[in-house]
Amino acid sequence: MPLINIEKMIKRYPIGGREFTALNEIDLQFERGEFCGLIGPSGSGKTTLLNIIGSLDVPSEGRITVLGKGVEGLSAQEAARLRREHMGFIFQTYNLLPVYSVFENIEFPLLLMHMGSRERKKKVINALEWVGLSDKTDSKPAQLSGGEAQRVAIARAMVKQPELVLADEPTANLDADNSYNILKMMSRLNEELKTTFIFATHDEKVIGYLKRKIFLIDGRVAKDETVN
Amino acid sequence: MIKFLIKGLIRDRSRSLFPVLIVAAGVFLMVFLYSWMQGVMGDMVSSNAQFNTGHVKIMTRAYEELAQQRPNDLAILGVNKVLEQMRNSEEKMIWTPRTHFGGLLDIPDENGETRTQGPVMGLAVDLLSQNSPEIKILNLTKALVKGKLPQQKNEILISEEFAQELGIQLGAQATLISSTMNGAMATHNFTIAGTVCFGITAMDKGAIIVGIKDIQAALDMPDGAGEIVGYSKNMLYDERAMKELTQNFNENYSRADDEFSPVMVSLREQNGLAEYLDVARSRVNVIIFIFLLAMSIVLWNSGLMNNLRRYGEIGVRLAMGEPKGSLYRYMIYESIFIGFIGSILGTLLGLAISYYFQYRGFDMGYLMKSSTMLISNVMRARVTETSYVIGFVPGLFAPTLGAIMAGIGIYRRQTAQLFKELEV
Repeated sequence: MPLINIEKMIKRYPIGGREFTALNEIDLQFERGEFCGLIGPSGSGKTTLLNIIGSLDVPSEGRITVLGKGVEGLSAQEAARLRREHMGFIFQTYNLLPVYSVFENIEFPLLLMHMGSRERKKKVINALEWVGLSDKTDSKPAQLSGGEAQRVAIARAMVKQPELVLADEPTANLDADNSYNILKMMSRLNEELKTTFIFATHDEKVIGYLKRKIFLIDGRVAKDETVN
Repeated sequence: MIKFLIKGLIRDRSRSLFPVLIVAAGVFLMVFLYSWMQGVMGDMVSSNAQFNTGHVKIMTRAYEELAQQRPNDLAILGVNKVLEQMRNSEEKMIWTPRTHFGGLLDIPDENGETRTQGPVMGLAVDLLSQNSPEIKILNLTKALVKGKLPQQKNEILISEEFAQELGIQLGAQATLISSTMNGAMATHNFTIAGTVCFGITAMDKGAIIVGIKDIQAALDMPDGAGEIVGYSKNMLYDERAMKELTQNFNENYSRADDEFSPVMVSLREQNGLAEYLDVARSRVNVIIFIFLLAMSIVLWNSGLMNNLRRYGEIGVRLAMGEPKGSLYRYMIYESIFIGFIGSILGTLLGLAISYYFQYRGFDMGYLMKSSTMLISNVMRARVTETSYVIGFVPGLFAPTLGAIMAGIGIYRRQTAQLFKELEV
């Protein structure tokens, strides 16, 4: 059974009294441990698709099953639970909580899971080691460089070792060196932890790392290729 | 989780310190304005009661009709009997006779010729009786500037400002030229025992305080007095009780067909004070309501904006799987916490400043030099039970309402929209 199964999914938005079709007849399957990307120009529907996969939005038509759960039928509480227990998010602008330290930012998803403090501490320390930021435990987000902040965001997404990580343009705000390091790190985590990564991107640096590339144009899957 | 959120709240000054300061400032202004308005209203009532109206006043019906003219020819006679009866029947009240009079105060030179003179407004009160309540009611000990309180017949107190104007010294003789209650000319010699200042322009411009027995002799009104004033023993004006008292008295003693029968009126019923008090009270209430509303809108808006500007944080928390309900609850708890702390601080500050102005007051005498109204020059705040709680209305409820409305906005907005708003 695939990790994510999308069948004839359509997403429409009302815009100025009319309906805009952001995604049209999408049929896709994602297996566990994939490192793949939704590629396309702005407005191609990649972020919308990522949002629906992340149960942050629902399709207008069709079916989408994530980890065996139909996203279109989930209540807000069930969707929140799915995200809390099985998914990690990485944002373009990192979105770390500015008043909390690096440690606390990474700890936050574990708090939502009501994990005990000893276990939380252990997991946060592990996550910091994965991203090589063990020396920045007490730093505040404002004291970090862009690359470091994104590494903290990755640690925050990975700390609960989710089955699925959704990353929306994770390298858009980073220079080439930092992008390279970040991608290498995510690739390594994908291999070591068998976490599925789905990117929404149009960044050539990211595209080069992907093992599966799904090209979206005007809300349709134009090409779906796997790199060996 | 709660510990984690409190940590964030304390560290983020824009979510904790600044909203607390805004709420505290708003609440402080509310508490102080309310107490100040109560004080000004209360001062007006108590000044009038103290020097003029009493809490209730007994006069003859004829005197009451022309009360503004102080017609001593229509004064009550047999005052001692009435006083005794009132003291026996209304033990919760203090009763004391008074006569207001006017005339000229003539200051002679060493040859007994007029050196200077001036129009005088006089108040005759019971100064020499052992249990006279007037020293306390008129606050004479505190008002005394020079000399002593009258201790013998024909000793009087004169307002300090008037004494200076007339160039009169303590112990000097002064002749009152007035008219008797029968309309004949009256002259009477007095000795200046002391000078007083009441802090009320109308009293300080040209007043003398005379013993009631002396004025009875001077104005040829034996056992007579213009009026008998009554005060509740705690000196607090209770409108309902006074209304009841006057109704009972008038039903028993006042006769419509006898213009010299006694009539009792309450403070509200004198000098147009009823209308004045009603208008003033409703204006004060309107001012307080408008201020309360304005402050509530400011604090509501502050609560709303504080939460709306946290879209970013809220989006991240939702994306990580925090349920909307839990997020909403924390937002409201946070607002209640901020509102509560701000309200307590604002109320404490408001009460402290109000208490300061209750005891020290704010002298506005320089603005009231030509005032003839019995209003104290020193405006004071007055802390009441409501002062303790009124600040909590805007302080606690308005920011919470703001948070509730911001939360509804978050509830109604698609999670994806919040998520999208993160991508600045």
